[in-house]
Amino acid sequence: MSNELQELRAEVTDWIKHNKPADPGFLLPQTFMEVGSERVLDFLREWQHKVWSAGYLGMAWPEKYGGRGLSPAHQNLVDAEMKLARVPICFNVIGLGWAGPLILDKGTDYEREKYLKGILNAEDIWCQGFSEPNHGSDLGSIQTRAKRDGSDYVINGSKIWTTMGNYAKYMILLARTEAQTERKYNGLSFFLAPMGAAGISTQPIQKLTGEYGFTETFFTDARIPADCIMGEEGQGWRIAMQTLQYERGAEAGAAGGISILSIVMNDLLKMTQDIQREGQPLLKDPVTRENLVKFFIEEKALYLANQRIAIPALCADYPNSLALSGKLRSTEFFRRMRQYALTLQGAQGSLYVGDEDAIDGGFWQRAYMNNFSTTIGGGTSQVQANIVGEHVLGLPKD
Amino acid sequence: MTRKTNMALAFSDEQAMILESAKSFCRDRSDIAAVRSLLASDNGYSTDIWAEMVALGWTGIAIPEQYGGSELGIGSTIPLVESMGRHLLSTPYISTTIASQALLRGGSEAQKAKWLPLLAEGSIGTMALLDNEDWGAGSTSCVLTESLKLRGSKLLVNDAAVADFFIVSATHNGAQVLVLVEASQLPKDALSRKVLIDDTKRAFNVDFNQIKISADAILPKGETALRDIKLLGALLTAAEATGSCAAALDVVVAYITSRIQFGRLIGSYQSLKHPTVDILIGMDSARSLIYHAATILGDEPLDQDAEIACRMAKAQATDALLFAGDRGIQFHGGMGFTYECDAQLYLRRSLWVQHQYGDAQHHRLHLASLILD
Repeated sequence: MSNELQELRAEVTDWIKHNKPADPGFLLPQTFMEVGSERVLDFLREWQHKVWSAGYLGMAWPEKYGGRGLSPAHQNLVDAEMKLARVPICFNVIGLGWAGPLILDKGTDYEREKYLKGILNAEDIWCQGFSEPNHGSDLGSIQTRAKRDGSDYVINGSKIWTTMGNYAKYMILLARTEAQTERKYNGLSFFLAPMGAAGISTQPIQKLTGEYGFTETFFTDARIPADCIMGEEGQGWRIAMQTLQYERGAEAGAAGGISILSIVMNDLLKMTQDIQREGQPLLKDPVTRENLVKFFIEEKALYLANQRIAIPALCADYPNSLALSGKLRSTEFFRRMRQYALTLQGAQGSLYVGDEDAIDGGFWQRAYMNNFSTTIGGGTSQVQANIVGEHVLGLPKD
Repeated sequence: MTRKTNMALAFSDEQAMILESAKSFCRDRSDIAAVRSLLASDNGYSTDIWAEMVALGWTGIAIPEQYGGSELGIGSTIPLVESMGRHLLSTPYISTTIASQALLRGGSEAQKAKWLPLLAEGSIGTMALLDNEDWGAGSTSCVLTESLKLRGSKLLVNDAAVADFFIVSATHNGAQVLVLVEASQLPKDALSRKVLIDDTKRAFNVDFNQIKISADAILPKGETALRDIKLLGALLTAAEATGSCAAALDVVVAYITSRIQFGRLIGSYQSLKHPTVDILIGMDSARSLIYHAATILGDEPLDQDAEIACRMAKAQATDALLFAGDRGIQFHGGMGFTYECDAQLYLRRSLWVQHQYGDAQHHRLHLASLILD
């Protein structure tokens, strides 16, 4: 590692030591899909602003748009240290990882000027409008219409699972500009839509956790300026797919910032160490030990897969296997691991967030329930298994 | 205590070349017809193929150059063994590799100088470790008496009929030792062949009673080598199992993409499709773990990371192959119930593999103290 990066590491660890927020007295989100109240929003907004002000967000973005013009390696190093220190997330994820890099990459100077800084300093929250009621993750079936009318587009329809839809200033919106096309993806267009436009309303969705974080978003003759479109009419699908690529990290153009507080087996081990049964640590129980080890093996294999995927010689027989099964493997692992954590809690496992006796404030209960957003969102595990079966193993479609 | 996890995984160009040539060699020499033709044979393998493997230098891969090997390390045998497992190619390669590691890690200079060059040139060695059904047993009932005579028998000694020598575990004055017994020291009736569940394998009970051991046949560092040998045995078995698991998957995929029932290819049914994906995922996990172990193993005594890696690999590969073997029969329907169907080869392999060098539960038990305490 270069001297410069080593100095940066020292600098950022020192900064974290002095700036990592104290326990706010409520459970912080593991992901940006858990911003369910104003106090959580305010807390995270203040935190992201602080990270950006210190120069630790958008480090590889140009200075004139609020960045620092450094390399992705700088951002990655900072993110790694932040992750290690388990600081709160940078919650404006759609802006930092999707919309921002897209605008930086494909937008006009005017758009860069207008949007990028607000993404970094958390003044402008972004949301994403792809999924629709009844279509889940089948984006080809999008029904929300965008019809050109003079200098506007008129939008009608609805979107669901809009993360922070009620707090967002802008939405990256995928809507249908042409009803009849040979391929259903060809009629879609991509917009940077202002959520404040008349005719756009949001309805918060209460999650199974009892908390909020998503909205359903309704468009009723909503008028947005025609120059909100990215690219040309009909290019929406291609742009949306491109947007997904940026997520992969700073090298791919994302602004950085940690977007997820992961829960790993060592966290479960830590929880288990504190539980007593019949005057003995639960960790002495052979069945518990056997189960924990099974999870540890699975976790290790998951992490190793991320490295093996970069070694083609070790993926020769089913070359796209690890890439296509990644979501299925990891989200299902985390679901079962969190579910197992609750089985170890005894009577306390029946408590919930808000009860003073709940272990870690009900952290595991909430984490288990929230994890379904990953085994369902972005293609359910069952759809993922179909994809792996069909595209990796060559099994016939249904 | 939580510990930082070793996640190293690397594969050199050299190893990639070994893997490439191993794959094509095993594919060419060991199609299913060839595998089946050897099932009823005496020794279970083709001496011609063994000679070719020796000529290719495979038997010397993990042997240092000074003893006639190519000194690529035990990690470089993993792609070979995985490929052999993939094509059910049985040879004394695993037995011999483990025996050569026992000498390398536990042997005297004289023992190494005598035997390692011979092993590189195709001599066959094997381990004689078990004296009851428990792979996890910490001690052995086989004794090397004060007058240096062995007292005891060993169970399920792989490839015993073709071995040039045995490395036998025993206790001597209360300590664990490994001793080298040459095949020529054994009387004719010392070996009794066992009927194995995997017809591609050969193992024998061996009676070592009254065999006289010369002092220089005791491995000076036998006790520490023994622990490492058991771990390496687990890893090599895991590599072979991972290959067999990939092959079992291929057989399932071939069948369910060609068999039509109720007017549809049966692979289109999610009740078959999804468990088949589970076989793939289990195999993929095992493969990541065996190559992680291959990455971090050297010639030095195995450290805690290496022990964790070997045990995890064996536990995962065992479970993955058991699942693949079992589902492989079921998904072939009535055909799967026949000896003619190739799926049985993998089921039998899975049932053999699971106990070699310790079953999954045995390794998880040890992993628990390594990871949790």
